[in-house]
Amino acid sequence: MKYFNFKALSVSVALSVGATSAMAAECIAPANPGGGWDFTCRQIGKILFDIGQVDAPVQVTNLAGAGGGLAFSTVVNERNDDVDLIVAASSATTTRLAQNAYGGATADQVRFVGAIGADPGVIVVAADSPYQNLNELIDAIIADPGSVAFAGGSAVGGFDHLKPLQVLTAAGFTDITAVRYIGVDGGADAITQTVGGFTQAMTGDMSEVVGFLDSGDIRVLAVLTEERVPGFEDIPTAMEQGYDVVAVNWRGLYVPKGISDEDFNLWAERLQAVADSAEWQQAMTDNGLAPFTKVGDDFQSWIDSVVASTEELSREIGVIQ
Amino acid sequence: MEILDNLALGFSIALSPWTLMLAVLGCFIGTIVGALPGLGPSNGVAIMIPITFSMGLDAVSALVLLTSIYYGAMYGGRISSILLNIPGDEPALMTTLDGYPMAKNGRAADALVISGVASFVGALLATIGLMLLAPLLSRVAYQFGPGEYFALYLLAFATLGGISSNNQAKAALASCIGLMIAMIGLDPNSGLPRLTGGNLHLYDGIDFLVAIVGLFAVSEIFFFIESHGKSSAAGVTIDKVRVPWRDIWSTRWTMLRSSFLGFFAGVLPGAGASLGSFMTYMMEKSIAGDKGKFGTGVPKGVAAPEAGNNAAAGGALVPMLTLGVPGSGTTAVLLAVLVTLNITPGPTLFTDRPDVVWGLIAALLIANFVLLFMNVPMVKVFVKVLQVPPAILLPGVTMVSFVGIYSLTGSYFDLLLVVGFGVLGYLLRKLDIPTVPVILGILLGHQMEKQLRDAMVLSDGSAWGLIYTRPSQPEDISYIATGLLIAAVLGFFAPIFLRRFITKPQRVSD
Repeated sequence: MKYFNFKALSVSVALSVGATSAMAAECIAPANPGGGWDFTCRQIGKILFDIGQVDAPVQVTNLAGAGGGLAFSTVVNERNDDVDLIVAASSATTTRLAQNAYGGATADQVRFVGAIGADPGVIVVAADSPYQNLNELIDAIIADPGSVAFAGGSAVGGFDHLKPLQVLTAAGFTDITAVRYIGVDGGADAITQTVGGFTQAMTGDMSEVVGFLDSGDIRVLAVLTEERVPGFEDIPTAMEQGYDVVAVNWRGLYVPKGISDEDFNLWAERLQAVADSAEWQQAMTDNGLAPFTKVGDDFQSWIDSVVASTEELSREIGVIQ
Repeated sequence: MEILDNLALGFSIALSPWTLMLAVLGCFIGTIVGALPGLGPSNGVAIMIPITFSMGLDAVSALVLLTSIYYGAMYGGRISSILLNIPGDEPALMTTLDGYPMAKNGRAADALVISGVASFVGALLATIGLMLLAPLLSRVAYQFGPGEYFALYLLAFATLGGISSNNQAKAALASCIGLMIAMIGLDPNSGLPRLTGGNLHLYDGIDFLVAIVGLFAVSEIFFFIESHGKSSAAGVTIDKVRVPWRDIWSTRWTMLRSSFLGFFAGVLPGAGASLGSFMTYMMEKSIAGDKGKFGTGVPKGVAAPEAGNNAAAGGALVPMLTLGVPGSGTTAVLLAVLVTLNITPGPTLFTDRPDVVWGLIAALLIANFVLLFMNVPMVKVFVKVLQVPPAILLPGVTMVSFVGIYSLTGSYFDLLLVVGFGVLGYLLRKLDIPTVPVILGILLGHQMEKQLRDAMVLSDGSAWGLIYTRPSQPEDISYIATGLLIAAVLGFFAPIFLRRFITKPQRVSD
């Protein structure tokens, strides 16, 4: 009798576990808690549940390693048809994919659902720098590429490195391997090196420089968006100064390749609903993100073009062959 | 008396029963996390982040909890260093050198009390330093570019050989093995994978916690099996637990000196607690000279690194709060938490959010006293660990470390690496090669290479860039870099020449 009860109990437990796991969506943050990807998963996951887009709270899993490569290969190789899985992504994801930094994995092995916010790229000099605007800085590099060294928070070939190179390419400068760059431990460290006089300019994200802007240690030469950023209206864009470059660190999601078009579109709708919610607007303001919404097939084709241009630029600077 | 006003504000925030409870809880969790090998302060804090989010803590409460864990882990790391010869976390590495010999001599309780008091002195002085000097010291970071950091790391490396008192060549060999291991992973300046064999798990390099658990915990197991349990400190009869006032008094200058040096190492964003405890140990060893008998289990050898690493933990908060630049792995995690809580550390934090800064400082002062009163009486409990039969204790500790390592990345690959390092550790110890320099080689090697390569990029490949570190001022020599480089060269060569005149080289024996 006891045996029977136990068996029945275990069956019901197994059933209920199976049932909940089929319903609850999972968001993989490919980094440790506290970073940008973790933020994406926790915020989007929370809002998805709060506004009733999913029935159960989204479970956040931190799967750190190889700069997101470990999570990418897990999704591709082990969970390629999991309809309940979303993965946090950003510019770093596509940059690394374009540079073959995920051990042979390519961007077309997953589907990019959308981006719903972005941290605008900036180019910054110390307050006592002789360069007053972006044109002066770019002209100085074109005249003598050794005269300016950049510091940024990503490794060589990373997104922060590519930003000034994109501007220089737009200015018609071709000898981009001569441009000096050191990758340090985050944007604040890059500013420290620049204010200390070891490098002449800093390349990074808007959220990284706000504190130093308020304290008067730095001057922002340009923001790399289409229009001036709300709240920072006195900072000119690179486009205004004659360089057709938009470089933002977007925050978004990808899903496994093997799911159906209906499931893909369902995730796209859910993400759009998050983007439209008041909760997300508040989260963006709190975290220094600018509006940047691209969802569904529209986003996938934008990603394809970004990957292609990143690949070309990376080949020119020799990060990939 | 602006500082007193600010401090009053801080205590008014931190002295609420709720915050106090969080501080006590954090100290307790931190001590445990620090004591468990394989779980260091940075993953201890990282594990708690989701919990602070789900508890819905406000910024000050979350910071109090997480920094209490941070300080607690710095205290706790010494416990397993002393009792088991297994560093609980990387800054506690140096404490094994004299702490474990003390335990083997039956003085485990004394070592724990002395190191507890040293931790308290170091952390207290560092918190006071943070309070008085933080905005001022933040300017120090502007004086250190890649060239200066490289010189600092070179100085540390030049003195590595001195760790082993018997045979410097073996210590040098061990640090080279560490350097070799540090080369695995992505090349810092091109991002290309190096010595990884195409394995994604190796792209991030080898975590030093993996190496620590392997070289210390797993190799200890191998020795235990080989000797049928006779080589361990476990089972050693312990003297009655009492406070060794005389030893504490005799180490007072050591604690003070180490606190200052440790704090300074912490303030430099590129250095951190591990370098802090290493440099304080080497400094005290050279001050004491041969008569100091460092390495055989002397109180000063326990007090120096513990005061040093706790002071560095406080020092590392200076660049994190005033610049937003993390000085260590743990402050990097804390920084991420702050950003998530919508607080952007930086030059304006002290004026924009005095409640956060002074609440934190007050909480740190409270946490410090809590930790002292928690750690000293609990020594009685800690030493009981040694009465657990070794056949249960060592496998148990190893199992816990394995769980800790698995929690780092959630991959079994690191567990295989741990076993591999265990075999390496066993072989090295059989050959009488110290394992501490291997870890330091891994820890410092990464940074030293990165800084050298960056300095070379800035100077366009010219070696003069190591002295003329500011490209915008080509005529101005860097006094910091030059001074450190001269010290490094002297530190490496001087003992070789001077030894001839002072004492004859000792016969190698162990």
